[in-house]
Amino acid sequence: MRNLIVALDDLGRSVLRTVEEMGSILIFFLSVMVWMFRPPLRLRLIFKQMEFVGVKSLFVVVLTGTFTGMVMALQGYYGFRMFSAESMVGSTVALGMTRELGPVLTALMVTARAGSAMAAELGTMKVTEQIDALYVMSANPVKYLIVPRVIASVLMLPLLTIVADFVGILGGYFVGVPVLGINAGAFVNNITMLVGLDDIYNGLVKAAFFGFILSLFGCYKGFTMTGGAEGVGKATTEAVVLSSISILVSDYFLTAIMF
Amino acid sequence: MIKLIDVYKSFGDNHVLRGLNLEIEKGKTTVIIGRSGGGKSVLLKHIIGLLRPDKGQVIIDGVDVAGLNDREMDEVRKNFGVLFQGSALFDSMTVGENVAFPLREHTKKKDREIRQIVNDRLRAVGLTGVEEIMPSELSGGMKKRAGLARAIALHPQVVLFDEPTTGLDPVMTEAVNELIINTQRDFNLTCVATSHDMQSIFTIGHKIAMIYEGKVVAYGTPEEIRKSENPVLKQFLSGSLEGPINMI
Repeated sequence: MRNLIVALDDLGRSVLRTVEEMGSILIFFLSVMVWMFRPPLRLRLIFKQMEFVGVKSLFVVVLTGTFTGMVMALQGYYGFRMFSAESMVGSTVALGMTRELGPVLTALMVTARAGSAMAAELGTMKVTEQIDALYVMSANPVKYLIVPRVIASVLMLPLLTIVADFVGILGGYFVGVPVLGINAGAFVNNITMLVGLDDIYNGLVKAAFFGFILSLFGCYKGFTMTGGAEGVGKATTEAVVLSSISILVSDYFLTAIMF
Repeated sequence: MIKLIDVYKSFGDNHVLRGLNLEIEKGKTTVIIGRSGGGKSVLLKHIIGLLRPDKGQVIIDGVDVAGLNDREMDEVRKNFGVLFQGSALFDSMTVGENVAFPLREHTKKKDREIRQIVNDRLRAVGLTGVEEIMPSELSGGMKKRAGLARAIALHPQVVLFDEPTTGLDPVMTEAVNELIINTQRDFNLTCVATSHDMQSIFTIGHKIAMIYEGKVVAYGTPEEIRKSENPVLKQFLSGSLEGPINMI
């Protein structure tokens, strides 16, 4: 009986904590939305974040995209060879990249690179009272720090995804045609036949959504962290875990709705 | 001009302020002393509106700021400068950009004019040639100076100092004390500082207030405070382990 009460007590506590955190994320989300549409736009800060989130993630996204396309071609080839349908490798790689792997892998890489940095930077700013300093200088930190990061992420994720899609297909081509000996014409023809613009567009919409999620959670965790250096570390880890899980879960639902 | 009336503030079970009353005199430096974690910083945060009291009033120029919304509070804050304990300089900006920040945010001054004011303020706190340097390259004392230059950039009426000399060596402590005295005099500021550095307290304070158990238990000029027979104050000033102050 006693054990049961303890277990129920633990369960209740964790439910309360979760509900409390969800409420706090919702309030944070609403305040970001309110400040996003309040002038001024602060273009300089947005451009600075676009450089950080987008330009500086380019290398890692190109690397991830290329090797993913390459390995997909390699794996696909062994499967399709059984049915003598090797020429389908091109369209499989292209559909896989544009619909799923392009946006998801880009988002996960940017989460690891920029989402974690957002949590760590804002967390450190909180510890060193820089966020309080913004408040006392009447510069709202949500407007000044968070809105530019969210806007930059929403804009840059689709652009990075386009690059990931492109280099992924290129990687697939490189492995498929010169290495595995698939006919180049059939490889390309299958892509143009089976991949529609919708596949690409929907992937980009996903990417923008993921950009929103990773920046919102990255900023939320940094902005609401407590404790010193340990708190910053915890906030960073939690930001990456929460963003990654949310990206993967929401990916399923977005796919179910869009395709 | 600043008056705290019967202010209560709790964080969970921790009752930090318990009916605190204090009046800050205009054009003077008031030093708040008390134990670490005793509510000194919480008190400062109430004055600047970073915290709102659970009960009681914080009156600034006749207005109870506890009831103001964010936008109204922003207007009040423009008359305030704050020097944070760790200076809180934005580490993504140069020192010059830090000092220029409030000017860019709240005035429509041209770049040249802003640069001029930045130079003036940095000179006023004894810093020159550091405009292009990042805050991480400054020493602790220089950071305090740069933080103060930013705090007085908009020529506020009130400057709050949160433990201005904590973590500085004795020579730098003296330099910062002198800086506070000179800045207060030159800009005719009302200053509120928190401190538990005995040397600072008596050097910079025109008035000293001691907080204990969430209330002001002693208030007066440095002379009055030194001569006070209040047992809490006497124990605090002598640093003795014997006395009414609860060590736990």
